Formats: sequence, C-alpha cells, structure tokens
Amino acid sequence: MKRVILLMAVLLMAVGAYAQTTVEFWHAMTGHNGEMVQAICDQFNASQKDYKVVPVYKGSYSDTMNAGIAAYRAGQPPAIIQVYEVGTATMMAAKNAVKPVYQLMAENNMKWDSSIYIPTIKSYYSTSDGRMLSMPFNSSTAVMYYNKDAFRKAGLDPEKPPVTWPEFFEVAKKLKASGMEGGFTTNWISWIQLENFSAWHNLPFGTRSNGFDGLDTQLVFNSPIHVRHFQNIYDLSKTGVFIYGGRENKANPLFTSGRVGMHFESIGGYGNMKATCKFDFGVARLPYYPDVPGAPQNSIIGGASLWVFNGKSKAEYKTVAEFFNFISQPETQALWHKETGYLPITQAAYELTKSQGYYEKNPGLEVAIKQLLNKAPTANSMGIRFGNFNIIREIEDQTWEEILAGKISVKDGLDKMVREGNKTLREFEKLYK
Amino acid sequence: MSKQYEFKASILPYLLVLPQMVIVFVFFFWPAGQAVLQSFYLQDPFGGKMIFVGFQNYSKLLADPDYWQSFSVSTAFAVCITLGAMAISLFLAIQANKKIRFASFYKTMLIWPYAVSTLVAGVIWLFMFNPNVGVIAYVLKHTFHVDWQYLLNFNQAFLLLTLAATWKQLAYNFVFFLAGLQSVPATLIEAAEIDGAKSGTRFWKIIFPLLSPTTFYLLVMNLVYGFFETFPIVHSITQGAPGKSTAILVYKVWRDGVINLDLGSSAAQSVILMLLVIMLTVFQFRFIERRVTY
Repeated sequence: MKRVILLMAVLLMAVGAYAQTTVEFWHAMTGHNGEMVQAICDQFNASQKDYKVVPVYKGSYSDTMNAGIAAYRAGQPPAIIQVYEVGTATMMAAKNAVKPVYQLMAENNMKWDSSIYIPTIKSYYSTSDGRMLSMPFNSSTAVMYYNKDAFRKAGLDPEKPPVTWPEFFEVAKKLKASGMEGGFTTNWISWIQLENFSAWHNLPFGTRSNGFDGLDTQLVFNSPIHVRHFQNIYDLSKTGVFIYGGRENKANPLFTSGRVGMHFESIGGYGNMKATCKFDFGVARLPYYPDVPGAPQNSIIGGASLWVFNGKSKAEYKTVAEFFNFISQPETQALWHKETGYLPITQAAYELTKSQGYYEKNPGLEVAIKQLLNKAPTANSMGIRFGNFNIIREIEDQTWEEILAGKISVKDGLDKMVREGNKTLREFEKLYK
Repeated sequence: MSKQYEFKASILPYLLVLPQMVIVFVFFFWPAGQAVLQSFYLQDPFGGKMIFVGFQNYSKLLADPDYWQSFSVSTAFAVCITLGAMAISLFLAIQANKKIRFASFYKTMLIWPYAVSTLVAGVIWLFMFNPNVGVIAYVLKHTFHVDWQYLLNFNQAFLLLTLAATWKQLAYNFVFFLAGLQSVPATLIEAAEIDGAKSGTRFWKIIFPLLSPTTFYLLVMNLVYGFFETFPIVHSITQGAPGKSTAILVYKVWRDGVINLDLGSSAAQSVILMLLVIMLTVFQFRFIERRVTY
C-alpha cells in the first residue's frame, strides 16, 4: 500500500512538472519598480496554471546584461532578459543569440498586432521595416522639471513654463537673479541634450536614419544648431546660471534641494521627484529653438526592453509569448505606468489611464506621453541605434566636461565627440560585417 | 629521531602541494591564460564571432595618448598615496608609541579605520566632498569661498582621491609601524641617550634603520595598494571624471571590459598590468631588498 501511494505521489509530481513550464526573467529593477516586476509576474502566474515566469534581480543594467552574456556563453541563458536602450544594437547584432519577438509571436500563433504599441516606443525596438525585435518594457522620455515656488518668488507665472530655448535661458537668468544659486542643470547630457534634442528638432543624430538602416552610419550631431545650443549652455555656465551636476542622473540633488530652479530628467524619475522635492514642482515639455523648421517634432524614449534568448524549448517559448501578451494588456500596462512612472507602452493603456482620471492628479505624466506622441516619428525621431553606444555616450560625457572646464572650445568639442564616436562605430561595423 | 620525519615516497610532497596548485591554476593561471588569448582577438560579447587581430589591441593601446595619460596618472596616484600614507602613519606611530596618557585609546582609534571597506571609505568621502550634496563641500564654498567643483577640476579630483585613498591606508601602515617601533630594543636607545644623542639623531641613526624591514614591506604593499586596490575609491568618487583624467589603469580595464564590452582591449590592458606587476616585484626584490638590513 505504501508503495502504491509513493508511486502515485511520484507520478503526480512528474505530471505537475510536465504540465507547468517555468522560465526565468532576469531584470535590473530595484526598489518599488522591482516589487512591481514581481507583482506583475505573480499576477501572470496566478492567471493560469500552465506557465510560470520567475523574475530574478541581477543588479544594474550593465550587470544584468553581462550576466546574460556570460550565461549565454556558458549555454545556460534565461529565457527573458531586460536590456537597457544602449545595449539594443549589441543585442540586435547578436543574431544567433536572440529570438526576435515578431518571430516568437508568429511561431506560437498568438493573436498579436504590433500596431497596438505607441509608435515611438515600437520603432525604437524594431527593424527599419517595422519588425519588432524586443518587447518594450520600461520606457521613459526626457522632460523639463521646474520649481513652481521659485517661479513665484522670481515673479514668474508658475503655470507658464518657458516653451522655447531663448525663453528658457531668460527665465534661468531671472531665477538666478532672484537669489537662487543657479538657474538650471541637466542630467544625461547625451540622452537629453543631444539625442532627444536632435529628435525634438527633427535633426539627424547620425546618418542612415540614426543607424536604423545599417552599420555604415556616421554621427552628425555637430551641426550649427547643436553647436549653438551647447554654446548657449556653456556661456551660461560661465556666469553660474548653468551648474554642472555630474553624469547620468547625478545632477538631481541640485534641483531637489532647491539650488537651481529648472532641471532636465527622465519622466521615470517622476516618483522620486515627488518623494524628495519639498516644494511645488511642475513638468513641462522640452524647449525648442523656434527658428528650426519642424520643431518641435517628438521626443524619443529611454529605458529598457525585454529580449528573448535563442535555444529554448517550444514550451518555454510558448510561456514567453503568453507572458508578453499578458504584459501588453491595457490593465497590466496601466498598473505599471501608475505605479512606476514609466510610460504605458500601448495606446489602449494610455486611454485606460486617462479614463480613470489619473492624469488630473498627475499632469506631469501626461506631458511626457503627449510629447512622445506630438507628431508621427520621422527618420530622425524613431530612436537611436548605434553599436558600442555606451562608449559613444562616455565620449560625449567626457568631452562635455572638457568643454565646461575650458580645455576645448564648444565647436571643437562637438567635432571631437563625432570624430571619436565614428571611430568606435567603424570598429563595431568591422566586427559584425 | 629525525629520521621519522623524512618523506620516503617522492610522490607525497607533490600530493600535499596539489590542492594549492589546483587553486592557483584554476583561479590564476587559467584566467591569466584566457586574458592573453583574448587580447589577440576582436570579439563580439556573445562569443559568436572572434577575429584574430594579432597585436592590434596592444598597438592601439600604445598609440593611444589617453592610455599613456592613464598610465602617468596611476603612477602619480600610487606614489602620492605611498609617500603620504607612510609618512603620516610613521609620524602617528611614533607619537602613539610615546609614554602618554590614553595611549591605548589613541592606538585603538587609529587602527579603527582599517575595518572600513575601501568602497565604503570612498562613499564616506563622496558624501563629505560632493559639490551637490557634500557637507564639507558646502562649507568650502560658502564659508571659505573656494570654487570647489571636482567634477570639472582635475587637480581637485586628484587631491580628493589621494586624500581618501591615503586615509584608508593609514591604519594598516600604523599597525605595522607601531609593531616595528615596539620591537626596537629599549637598551639601544638608552645607550644612545647616555652617549648624548639627541632625539633626531636617535631616530635617524637607530630607529629608522632598524625599522627598514617594515618600511620596505610597507613600500611594496602601499605601491600595490595604490596601483591596484584603489579601484573602489575611484569607482565611488569620480568614476574617471572629469573627462577621463582620473581613470586609473585598473578602472579603465574594468570600464572597457565590463561596461563597454570591448573585451579584446580590456584583455590586452590586463596583460600589460600583469607584466607591470611582475616587473615591479622583480625589480623591488632584486634591487631594493639588497640594501635593506634585516
């Protein structure tokens, strides 16, 4: 009798294991965002019995990507991995290592229409002929944050943030004159003041549709308008109206402690701003130069997407396809959007959030979406796709610091960024040709 | 009696050494060999494509002025830390070795920072001196009107890194110097005192020469620390900025390999560092050790 029970138990376990497929999802989300990743996976796992997705936190974006690469080389990759936008070209070029999302969905006969995604988000992760390679996950865009209390103190209308760059610089000077330590600062010099700046003015950042059409692309962000913009910021740094706060998002404390009145940062930082700013702040669109034809166009995204590794079983791919379908649902997206501040990736999720009246209480988030949807994306504003992009951004950060320190002129600095960036693009081309 | 301690079988000693050799092989020779191998290739991170490029990774590095700049900054950094940390800790050790009240309290306090990890030490200095959030940076700016902006000023960045790295190393040096001082025979010093030697003479003619084994050991350890173990301090405080002026060699290896995924160049850099360590060690033991009286 005992034996029979044992045998039945073993059989049951075997059936259980056979029926449910488990896949791993490696990600880089911390804090509340990490909890939300867990919550969404839990919801998916609870919604049916056949598939299970297990989220695993792997450290920073670069740690996660390196862990994925190492695991792939060792033959044990996870099914799903979250990769930041600068790693997009590297993942895309690794053709044998990844399974494109459009292919995954087709092979699993999913009722899936890639046109539900917001165009600027979809295009960032698609080939130039529109085939989606990775699943958008956490997307953000760059916006302007401004201190409404400081506006009031300086005699400015807090409901009328500057719209153009000339207006913006005037306001910045007034804020400093009103007793603030400086007028403005910015995070992410490359992403905000070069990549988004270019897209927003419908200017090419690089040739070949910003790299979408081929590896033989060249950087071209040293146009007279780019030089003018950087010259303006540099000139204001001399009078202390612009204060440099460091790379990546390190300038945040300058704004949150009330030392400068205006700041550029990702909308993904909205929650953090709400938590740390002890003053009334607003979110506005990026300023533009009114004499540039076509401006403002639309801003581009940053953040990360989900890639699928090659060499998994049929059942595992089915699980991934079901999971991707789940996270594309308006309800899931609206929850993610509201909880994290990242943008909804589908139009339906945006409409749903709007109908829930959420933007009346949080107008800042809608500013970002509207900015992204401002116009249909052009070749200059679909996104950015360059190999070795991390190195290019590093070159830009380094050279920007040399410009501010007075070691190199603005024009020479931008030329140097382009020249050195192109060198690293040629290396990438050589490797993948 | 001694006979029973001799090993007859010739295989036993090898067996006894084997575990150690396995560890050395797996964790040192194998990765080192891999690094040498990878340094001759251009490869995509996923290992799908490897293009043999010969010595191109090396020639590119040696032709790169940035690499030489990183080289000279690393050297200056290691030398400044070594001199600073050794001089200050020797001074402190001498003071703490005197017959004073609360001597053991001072000693404990001076040894304490040794327990702080290098990364944490970096973060502590970052929070004091960061121009955006630092307390001391605020005082420097608002009370003393110093234009404190190490994010853009190389000299300030270098000074801050050197201070932080030196501070971290003080406790370690202090322990060794104090132990060295305590082992100097009191009779020698008393004899010199009776002969009328002043305190300066006593120090330079008796104590310092007797300390030389300790000093030599610390010299090696401090140089190695300055070159190779200061990574967490650079990583937490400047990340190589402003520009790439404070990207010391070990930081550059990590940055190029782990973040920028340029594995070939990163491997070539680590091979160069490996040669550097070998040369440094050989040089020190061949030429300097001879002049040290043990």
